[in-house]
Amino acid sequence: MASNGIRDQVAIVGMGCTPFGEHWDKGADELLVDAAGEAMASAGVAPADIDAYWLGTMASGLSGLTASRPLQIEYKPVTRVENFCATGSEAFRNACYAVAAGAYDMAMAIGVEKLKDSGFSGLVVGGPAGDGTEVELTAPAMFSLLAPAYAKKYGVDDAELKDVMTRIAWKNHLNGAKNPRAQFRKEVPKETIACSPLVAGPLGIFDCSGVSDGSAAAIIVRAEDAHRYTDTPLYVKALSFVAGPARGAADPSYDYTTFPEVVASAEDAYRQAGITNPRAELAMAEVHDCFTPTELVLMEDLGFAERGFGWKEVLAGTFDLDGDLPVNPDGGLKSFGHPIGASGLRMLLEAWLQLRGEAGERQIHNGKKLALTHNLGGAPGACVSFVSITGTELS
Amino acid sequence: MLAAMKGILSYGAYVPFHRLDRREIGQALGTPAGKGTRAVASHDEDTTTLAIEAGREARRARPDLAPEALFFATASPAYQDKTNATAVHAALGLDGAAPAFDMTGAVRSGVGALRAALDGGRSTLVVLSDLRTGLPGSADERDGGDGAAAFLCGDDSTAPLVAEHVGSASATAEFLDRWRAPGAPTSRVWEERFGEHAYLPLAEQALTEALKGTGLTPDALDHLIVTGTHTRAVRRVAAAAGARPEAAVDDLAAVVGNTGTAHPGLLLASILDRADPGALIALVVLSDGADVLLFRATEALAGVRPSKTVAAQVAAGAGVGYQTYLTWRGLLLREPPRRPDPTPPASPPARRAEAWKFAFVAARCGACGNRNLPPTRVCRTCAAVDRMTPEPVADVPATVATFTLDRLAYSLNPPVVVGVIDFDGGGRFQCELTDVEPEAVRIGDRVEMTFRRISTANGIHNYFWKARPRRPGARGVPEPGARGVPR
Repeated sequence: MASNGIRDQVAIVGMGCTPFGEHWDKGADELLVDAAGEAMASAGVAPADIDAYWLGTMASGLSGLTASRPLQIEYKPVTRVENFCATGSEAFRNACYAVAAGAYDMAMAIGVEKLKDSGFSGLVVGGPAGDGTEVELTAPAMFSLLAPAYAKKYGVDDAELKDVMTRIAWKNHLNGAKNPRAQFRKEVPKETIACSPLVAGPLGIFDCSGVSDGSAAAIIVRAEDAHRYTDTPLYVKALSFVAGPARGAADPSYDYTTFPEVVASAEDAYRQAGITNPRAELAMAEVHDCFTPTELVLMEDLGFAERGFGWKEVLAGTFDLDGDLPVNPDGGLKSFGHPIGASGLRMLLEAWLQLRGEAGERQIHNGKKLALTHNLGGAPGACVSFVSITGTELS
Repeated sequence: MLAAMKGILSYGAYVPFHRLDRREIGQALGTPAGKGTRAVASHDEDTTTLAIEAGREARRARPDLAPEALFFATASPAYQDKTNATAVHAALGLDGAAPAFDMTGAVRSGVGALRAALDGGRSTLVVLSDLRTGLPGSADERDGGDGAAAFLCGDDSTAPLVAEHVGSASATAEFLDRWRAPGAPTSRVWEERFGEHAYLPLAEQALTEALKGTGLTPDALDHLIVTGTHTRAVRRVAAAAGARPEAAVDDLAAVVGNTGTAHPGLLLASILDRADPGALIALVVLSDGADVLLFRATEALAGVRPSKTVAAQVAAGAGVGYQTYLTWRGLLLREPPRRPDPTPPASPPARRAEAWKFAFVAARCGACGNRNLPPTRVCRTCAAVDRMTPEPVADVPATVATFTLDRLAYSLNPPVVVGVIDFDGGGRFQCELTDVEPEAVRIGDRVEMTFRRISTANGIHNYFWKARPRRPGARGVPEPGARGVPR
């Protein structure tokens, strides 16, 4: 029994992504049409070429009809998937497997979310009828549990930790300012971030990712077919997805300074891709910075920093655009925005652009050929985690 | 053979944590400043949750005694049509064969439930609870209070009585003293001097009748409790009863206020907290008549007192601002956050989870011995399937492992304080913290569980447990091993 992966068996040959943000004049249907159209144009393919679709959306529609109706897909398989905030990555993963299996020649993974129509602040998730015993925490509150636990474990005082969180938000805004598709395209002074109104625990409004609308899509074919569509395909090196047992909130040994699910999915992905030193081998990483303490903890869980030293690496600029390992060069969830079902595919878009040298103002020039995307859903102690590794060269 | 003596087997009281300073009412409304404070139920408390906290105290004092029936009395029930006592029954983990009945609507239901339990043929837990509200600026707002008391009544064939019920008498009459139309927010009262005229002879008649049965005279009383819905009449009856001056009992008006239906119970509990063996106690209640109950404290009393005395709870409170009080009571509508309304629990899953949701019964794994909260079929530690044994944890203290303040979530009392708490003896749970100063919470704080109303939506109250700081006065809360151990 093993997680064998599908290293170098499939490739991305085209991608599309709408700008993320407040699309008051567009619904999920229009966003899907935009992203699908851009992805097909990017690969030079037509709807008739696509054999199957995986649609990721958390709450913007049920069933494959959510995509087949607006895109007018003619009698082809469209599978709607949902896996919390990792929904977009899950659509991509399943589309890759279908192509690797030989079931289809070409698949589209497409994600969409229309969050801004709810009228509420922050994310609102419905659930099945319950017994009323689960505490109804907002997303920032769930992730804010990381902050005091991390500070206490590693002897970081509250003010230092706030500086670390602030620097993460500042860095992601700085990167997002260079990204025409990002929701917030503006640098934000550290003082503004640090003094923003508190939302949960030590998290201010600037420690939270943007609530936005958007859609992103990828066209996937077998690796041997990739050069029919592009000279620079992005090969899939590793796909790992795990769901934890969701017992952190019930297990006294869990200390809220790590996501065991992320550690497990990263180990699996590195093994599939043959990576032994991620910090040295990766050109860049897009990680799930839903809230600033999340990005801090992810630096350690993904093996980019030693345990207990992530905060120092953040302050030292290790993960800046010109640092050792640029993290969230596109601005991340923080600045690019977080339309749930689209986010995982949006992360892959940055790998696609950076590794092909198409990232413009924010192009990374470190000569490395591998990129990582990490997508998380749930909360500390109870989450799902996805890690992909993509690269421009076959091994 | 002598007939079994009836009386009280154990008791407990609950005074909510918050105090409204009466001067604040005067300052806010530009009216004359009052003196002292009144007890205020928190935004997450109602008469059912107050009753459960008092009932837990009475049960903890004699965990070995299983009540055979439950009476719940209040003038402010959380539900109509639906029995409120069933939630109390479930939270206290009473046997399914024990009936649970409401006696609700009238303030007199409190003393009536107590008398019915004392006169009845089986051991009965009677819980009196009330939440007194008046319109802003009213005497009821100022002088009312919130609280609850519980008494396990039965006979001495079950266990030693802590107080023998040595006599009772009632005098009933129909007249308008205090009344409230269904749904009205506040009571109305008739002209004060008329009530005094009506109550005095009724009280005299009932007290004389009750004492006659014992062969004693009023000067034999060690403690005379007089309480009721009519302050002026209460004062006159106490003065005219013929008891020794030192028998007068503090009515808790200065700190707690008059807790209506619960007040006879709260005052009786306050006396049982300190009465000497053999002390003769008279409880006189004026409410649509007069009811008198006579008790004699026993030697057993000192060994069965609750862990939290009335005096300790009275001393433990913290202030709440008048605006906050009005908000909690629904008298001041505040702008809510831009978030969806709370989701009410669905009845079938709540029913399936009854032991967990109401009694906070977790599970212990028979394979690895670890405790699981919430209960689960597959052990979180060893993955053994269906090896669980139910284990109550409501009385197990816990420690804050981490916490946060949620300023975005909907609450009548923002921010919502949420803690991840680790229980002594194993098990972790994430829940709200209540009766707490948000900025004062720290990792490592000691907490204990309390039964609360989480939210109300679509007319459905969502009851569940929260954690509150373990404060001085929480002495002697038994650890799990002590449960069910006879004294």
